[in-house]
Amino acid sequence: MNTMPDCDKVLLVQAELDGELGAGEAASLAAHRAECPICEAAAAELAHARALVRDDLYQPVPDDVRQRLMVALNAARPSRPAVAATAPRFSSWWHRWWSNGASFGLGAACAAALAVLLVMPAMPPSLTEQVIAGHVRALQPGHLQDVASEDRHTVKPWFDGRLDFAPPVKDLVADRFPLTGGRLDYLDGRPVAALVYQRDKHVINLFVWPAAGDTPPQTAERQGYNIVHWSQGGMAFWAVSDVEAGQLKEFAADWRKTP
Amino acid sequence: MPSDTFEAVVLPYLDAAHNLARWLMRDAASAEDVLQEAMLRALTYFPSFKGVNPRGWLLQIVRNTAYASMSLNRGVELVPLTDGSDESEDIVARLPSSDDDPETSLIKSRERDRVRQMIAALPIELRETLVLRELEELSYKEIAEVTRMPIGTVMSRLWRARRLLAQAARRDEAA
Repeated sequence: MNTMPDCDKVLLVQAELDGELGAGEAASLAAHRAECPICEAAAAELAHARALVRDDLYQPVPDDVRQRLMVALNAARPSRPAVAATAPRFSSWWHRWWSNGASFGLGAACAAALAVLLVMPAMPPSLTEQVIAGHVRALQPGHLQDVASEDRHTVKPWFDGRLDFAPPVKDLVADRFPLTGGRLDYLDGRPVAALVYQRDKHVINLFVWPAAGDTPPQTAERQGYNIVHWSQGGMAFWAVSDVEAGQLKEFAADWRKTP
Repeated sequence: MPSDTFEAVVLPYLDAAHNLARWLMRDAASAEDVLQEAMLRALTYFPSFKGVNPRGWLLQIVRNTAYASMSLNRGVELVPLTDGSDESEDIVARLPSSDDDPETSLIKSRERDRVRQMIAALPIELRETLVLRELEELSYKEIAEVTRMPIGTVMSRLWRARRLLAQAARRDEAA
């Protein structure tokens, strides 16, 4: 069986196709590919295979399956004390869910379901966890930015009237981290500004809100995400991304240097 | 916090869970059984879920459930994979050729069905890797987490899956 590649670089060719190679690796691979017919052939083969698998092969859950599943989930739901205070923010989502559904009326049935369905978290998450959760939430389709613009003169005014403070919005020196937009988020019990920057294809979320003090950058790493936190000019900054720790530190340094 | 509920954290990935179950199980009824069982497990385990990647967590549960279901129904899983596709090939062969077929959408759906059969015919460990990468668009690292395989294994499985798929397509075109 010819299941293994004949050149040990072939899996790197594939990794490049899948966007898994860093710039340095890609450059040395390009040099190798120029003189390796096996890798060139593999690249064509991979591109062919890739073109075959189109999005219309995706199999989302059919409506009838979804409805039967929701009934089963409701029936299995362990009875837990409901958290009444959390219900209002949750209800719009729940309304949408059920309005797609079948025979359940909204009103009383919905309220009863809500009371049973809410699950109380064991502990309030730490700020670091909240920052990561905010970042991950933002990466869901359609959640990244409320205002999409590379122009800080568009992004900054967008926050006017939406927050009780005016977040600094900067185009960073050296152009290594272009601004792509901003949105509102909610962290540490208050609305905050989230600025979105980019490094190659990686997203950097920079959360900003008023805080006293002046602290140098501190780094943390959780679950594969890097975080840099600092305070400056009356604002707290939390940068979070899946870029390498070193690059995120450069981002923080660029930000602090930019007037 | 409302953003921490099962509904807000896990249910957005229901389509992903179904897609994986459907590709692993190969028929709609057993895929639904696996999906339901997996979602019930997810609901039970959710209070102890601490990670930041609920999609990967859910897909891992779906995969475990599917594998458990297949080992319970071993006879079902061991039916040769080509049976179903042969039958469908006959159906395809009876359709008019693409040259005299005015319905582009019909051609497209036939092509899709062919590719679907080719993927379904891949060994399960290659099929799941391909589906997680190409349809779910997970990174190598995420696939490694879901399948509990080293990244090197993920890469070589993906390579084998794609190569077999390209070969099958060439045979299909030649036929």
